[in-house]
Amino acid sequence: MGKKAKITLFDVLNYTLFALFTLACFFPFYYLFINTISNNDLSSRGLVMFYPRGFHLTNYIDVFRIPGLGRAALVSVARTVLGTALTVAASGFLGYLFTKNEMWGRKFWYRFVIVTMYFNAGLIPWFLIMRNLGLTNNFLAYILPGIVSPFFIILVKTFVESTPIALQESAQIDGAGYFTIFWKIVMPLITPILATIAIFSAVNQWNQFYDTLFLITNPKLFTLQFILYRYMNEATSLATLMKQSTGSAMNTNLANMATATSIRTTVSMIVVAPILLVYPFFQRYFVKGIMIGAVKG
Amino acid sequence: MNTSLSRPADSSTLRRRYQSRNKYKLFFMAVPFLVLVFLFSYLPLYGWIYALYDYRPGIPLSETEFMGLHWFSSIVSNHVQRQEIIRVMRNTFAISSLGLLTSFLPVVFAIFLTEIRTVWFKKVVQTITTLPNFISWVLVYAFAFMLFSVDNGFLNNLLTSLHLIDHKLNILASDNHTWLAMTLWSVWKGLGWGAIMYIAAITGIDPELYEAAKVDGAGRFRLMWHVTIPGIVPTYFVLLVLSIANFINNGLEQYYVFANAMNMNHIEVLDLYVYNVGMANSNFGFATAVSILKSLVSLFLLFMANGLSKLVRGESVI
Repeated sequence: MGKKAKITLFDVLNYTLFALFTLACFFPFYYLFINTISNNDLSSRGLVMFYPRGFHLTNYIDVFRIPGLGRAALVSVARTVLGTALTVAASGFLGYLFTKNEMWGRKFWYRFVIVTMYFNAGLIPWFLIMRNLGLTNNFLAYILPGIVSPFFIILVKTFVESTPIALQESAQIDGAGYFTIFWKIVMPLITPILATIAIFSAVNQWNQFYDTLFLITNPKLFTLQFILYRYMNEATSLATLMKQSTGSAMNTNLANMATATSIRTTVSMIVVAPILLVYPFFQRYFVKGIMIGAVKG
Repeated sequence: MNTSLSRPADSSTLRRRYQSRNKYKLFFMAVPFLVLVFLFSYLPLYGWIYALYDYRPGIPLSETEFMGLHWFSSIVSNHVQRQEIIRVMRNTFAISSLGLLTSFLPVVFAIFLTEIRTVWFKKVVQTITTLPNFISWVLVYAFAFMLFSVDNGFLNNLLTSLHLIDHKLNILASDNHTWLAMTLWSVWKGLGWGAIMYIAAITGIDPELYEAAKVDGAGRFRLMWHVTIPGIVPTYFVLLVLSIANFINNGLEQYYVFANAMNMNHIEVLDLYVYNVGMANSNFGFATAVSILKSLVSLFLLFMANGLSKLVRGESVI
């Protein structure tokens, strides 16, 4: 391969196609962003197309004057943090327990958990049971169902089995219990896989939409995703919201008063921002995660 | 048993004693998690009982009328109902088939991406094309709205300013090419992510195979055809089999957010239909009956796909 390969027609086409598709993936994010920081009058008429016009940041201040948005952000953050922490802890600990051959009925219970990956009762029966369990209009509905995830259990179990058992055994001989062994010896060894799980779980929690749709009617428990969906569809409610936020003292410039477009784009930006911020860091983890997942346990 | 060496014997008896003492302890530590699995994955199966009643919210099950298999038979016996089911199944099959037809795109993406020699370009492409996988469908819809809406969407403004159209296109609220549009959004969201698996598979191909083929005088395309593609076919096959198993599970979210009065006729896939009947119209008995049939059919498809995999590759996928 020493010599420099010459550029063929195929190369030109190949580079062009990839450049175009990459642009198609990038442009919506860019378009969204420039519209949130541009003159609201221009953006509401769709005149901010390729670059920002009339730069200002008042949208990001005004948007929090919309009643319920701050609260929704809080709910979204709370479910993401709490849900992720519990999912990581449960996946780690249960995955570790399932590596212990001496567990009573280990094979059976492991299958009991894994089978749920391939079968579900259906959304309506699930909804009816959730309601019977008192999990409608209840914050716990966001947390409890996701704690034990079969796929994550497989990931951890496979990973723990690949670590040297001698470490655990020597601790056993020293009289350490299972929990101590898990906490002091296994946990530090499996942090890479726990990081992968944390990322997938956090993205999943943040993006979750259908649980609010099915189980929540109390606006105090709405998530950002759900609120964004409603803003996309309810032009009338947006209009009233706009009137309320027009009273903002920050807004001296009439052209930058909140419009339907400015509210939609700014809320969208707030919804996507956390993903964009953590994305560069977790990119290296998900490739690892998907590969371990492919080597099924 | 192996008493010839004293050390391992010691450690193994010790281990055994430790183990028998702890077999229930280990189980009890797992119990809280097993209870969660039971509550959220197994207990809903008990919810299937609602398919036998004329259940209305607010009235306890004991006081509602027992319907037997009425809801199941009404799926086919009632003429209007039958037409509805046929329409919904047609949508499900159309969108799933288009999904299967486009399933080779990530393979092509991966193969062609490995042909890109500029490292930074490759990295940028991979980073940005994977991003859409991590955003919610609600946000995808927000993008669609900004770019394609009839009033002041990007596309309409661009085309009018270039004098290419006279009146604005209402892409989102039209029933033309709904199946295709849904497929394209899925491709936009999933292509980069879907390719990761294949890119990894290509990296795993033994470089000696390429060297040997080059020595034999194979050019770029012969290398792709005779080395790369055979190298990733097993991965493709596993994913294809899994997508056959999920043929009737389109999911709800994408179709729910993109649905409106105009395109409902073609966008209503089975999952959305169950939601509309059960949640929006509170016809829980009927919706549960459809849910049950859907679960059973997808379980059947899974076993079929697994059997197919065993037959072709001698390996199961589940």
